[in-house]
Amino acid sequence: MTLLEIQDLSYRYPGADRDALSGVGLTLRPGEFCVLAGLSGSGKSTLLRAAAGLVPHFHGGEFGGRVQVAGLDTRTASVGAIGALAGTVLQDPETQAVMGGVRAEIAFGVENRGAGGAQTARAVEETALSLGIAGLLDRRLDTLSGGELQRVAIAAALAPQPSLLLLDEPTSQLDPVAGDELVWQLRRLNEETDTAVLLVEHRLERCLAAADRVVALDGGRVVCDSDPGGFLAWAAGPSPALLTPGARMFSLAGLAPLPASVKRARQQLRGRPRAARGTRAGAPAGGKTVLRARGVWHELQDGPTLLRGVDLDLPAGQTVALMGRNGAGKSTLLRHFSGLLKPTRGSVSAQGRVALLMQNPGDYLLHDTVAEEASETALAAAGLAALAGRDVRDLSGGERQRLALAVVLDGEPPTVITLDEPTRGMDGAAKSRLATWLRRQAAAGCGVIVATHDTEFAARFADRVVLLAEGAVIADGPAREVLASGRWFSTETARILGPDAGAILPEEGAGLFAAPDGEPVAIAR
Amino acid sequence: MAGAALGYARRATALGATRATVAAAYGVGIAVAALYVQHPLMLASLLTAVIVSGVLANCWRAMLLTLRWTLLPLVLTTVVINAIVSREGLTVVARLGEWGPLGQVNVTLEAIVYGLVYALRLVIVALAFVLVYCSADPDELLLASRRLAPRSALAALLGTRLMPVLAADARRLADAQRCRSRQPSKSRGRALVVRAGVRGAIDRSLDAAAVLEMRGFGDPRRPPRAHHPRSRHDIAFIFATAVILAAAIVSNALPGSHFSAYPLVSVAVTAPLVLLCLVTVTASVLPFLDRRGVVR
Repeated sequence: MTLLEIQDLSYRYPGADRDALSGVGLTLRPGEFCVLAGLSGSGKSTLLRAAAGLVPHFHGGEFGGRVQVAGLDTRTASVGAIGALAGTVLQDPETQAVMGGVRAEIAFGVENRGAGGAQTARAVEETALSLGIAGLLDRRLDTLSGGELQRVAIAAALAPQPSLLLLDEPTSQLDPVAGDELVWQLRRLNEETDTAVLLVEHRLERCLAAADRVVALDGGRVVCDSDPGGFLAWAAGPSPALLTPGARMFSLAGLAPLPASVKRARQQLRGRPRAARGTRAGAPAGGKTVLRARGVWHELQDGPTLLRGVDLDLPAGQTVALMGRNGAGKSTLLRHFSGLLKPTRGSVSAQGRVALLMQNPGDYLLHDTVAEEASETALAAAGLAALAGRDVRDLSGGERQRLALAVVLDGEPPTVITLDEPTRGMDGAAKSRLATWLRRQAAAGCGVIVATHDTEFAARFADRVVLLAEGAVIADGPAREVLASGRWFSTETARILGPDAGAILPEEGAGLFAAPDGEPVAIAR
Repeated sequence: MAGAALGYARRATALGATRATVAAAYGVGIAVAALYVQHPLMLASLLTAVIVSGVLANCWRAMLLTLRWTLLPLVLTTVVINAIVSREGLTVVARLGEWGPLGQVNVTLEAIVYGLVYALRLVIVALAFVLVYCSADPDELLLASRRLAPRSALAALLGTRLMPVLAADARRLADAQRCRSRQPSKSRGRALVVRAGVRGAIDRSLDAAAVLEMRGFGDPRRPPRAHHPRSRHDIAFIFATAVILAAAIVSNALPGSHFSAYPLVSVAVTAPLVLLCLVTVTASVLPFLDRRGVVR
């Protein structure tokens, strides 16, 4: 029996000049845990929407081939009928909430399928317990953080006990701990209930260890369909941007097979000679201080304390990653730096302008065409001069972000650039480009602060990492130290090699295996 | 956060521990009684009842804000308009001369009193609905009403659900605009934010519609009626609502107690009327005194 059968699926969005999916074939059986991998624009989300019946029912366009969910043909069955068999969680959890409270939200789908009160109550309790959100059941949705809301959206999809779960980047708003927990909760559900999972995820290091199978898409076509090890072996050739950091380190060091998990990588490296540790320069001393926060508190009227006495100095030319779990106060601190919020106690002072790019670049784009959004100079600097006449709604995700950056950097040059979670929904190649751009800005004398959950991205761009918890700074030091010394806020390379290796990037880790046994090795970024 | 305390939230009070339909019935019962009774003393007792209920149900902040921003202007408007347009009443307190199409305008004591009593009624009704808004879980109300008019109920809820999402979108758009170095003029900036907000609202609505479909909203099956045992608080507030409504009905039928504003203000108060007023206030207080099991 197959739960999902996709045959020769081709699809083109209305008005698009090329197919989003082309000749896709995919079969998913009960109990399979399948990850959909691919760069941005490869067709992953579209394929997921086709499996949920939203393509073509909600999007229109040209549809060819056949998609069947447990025998239901999505061309003839309603989205609701497909939804009874396949629970779907889309990217933005905020638009997936329909009720006011968490309990009612989770119960909604169960009740709609005609379940009785006791059956609904049990489904709600069990789902909440399995996802660790029982404490949220009596909360209102408008009081939840993005990460909590995402878990509730997943619980709402799970509660009716679908036999197929379709998830589009469910960890995009979660911190590393919560993201890993969620993937393992999905794996446990998959093992204990035989629920098949089709998961779209950019951060493959989070989910490959839990997956049975990986399907890679490129340009709307399936280019690889294999187990995680086979996928990594394939990706090392034509698509290295899809490699996990651990696999990339192995690939660069010429080690095989490429590991799909930290555990496997550690096992393979046991007893293998390598340099004792890498030595890499710490955070550069930097120039004069361009941003200073002293004892910054932010206490809400009748609400919680979001920041607790934060002290931070940012020298010119330094790149800082601001990290911490969901609700730690990262976004609030950035808003204080840019002047959008005022401290209830303490002070923030900046030498010059502080530019802030918030989480959703689309919020900055208010006009119809690219040319109307920013000056020619700013567009040229962002590499968008050729797109000046383009409608902003026709831009890709990466282009929208570059345009939003052009908007905030336009006019008076900033001395500090701050970005809030810029890598949400970004593939590895785009992250590398962004990291390079940030380092270039720092080299030009700007102070850079980026709030991010993405440890790999932080390792790539940051000189220094500031870790927040409950609104207070709990760690502040060179990226190499902070990202190597923890269990969760550390890179995969550091977790494989251990904190003593002093390497946080795959390239650095690979360098250790090329060096003489037991000798320290210098690491260049 | 502060905003959340002004809307519905689970509060550790006896009214917060009732099911939503009972909490709603209690508030609506007070409103209906206020619309039905004639005597100002009885209206005063209902006003006391609704304010005491608001304080004991921990909704006083929302009531205070409602009074401050909407009701006080409404009260003033009601009294002033009635004083100007009413041609009844014999005790002239001010002669305002010729007012164009309104002709000779004389403000009478009776018109002012009538306006005040009418405004008092409006205040009670509005505060009673603030009580419902803060104490009755809208999700439970939806489920209760969905059996009668499923699509209308959900459409209404979806509308209310989208409002905070769109408000959050608008706040983000406005913040993003503040982050621009080159800012448009204030009026143009607002227009751009509104336009972007409207554009976003359409996308949000489509997303919400897709989610509703996926989660079985279009499924013809109705959820079966849920049977929940009535808690001690449910029973107490049902009883209190019945007592308040009964007192209102009896107060209108009491011989000897009457109120009329025109042509001259005439008020008669009897002992039974005072007793009914006391019963009304007591009925509104007593259910709150039992605090067993108020936290869920």
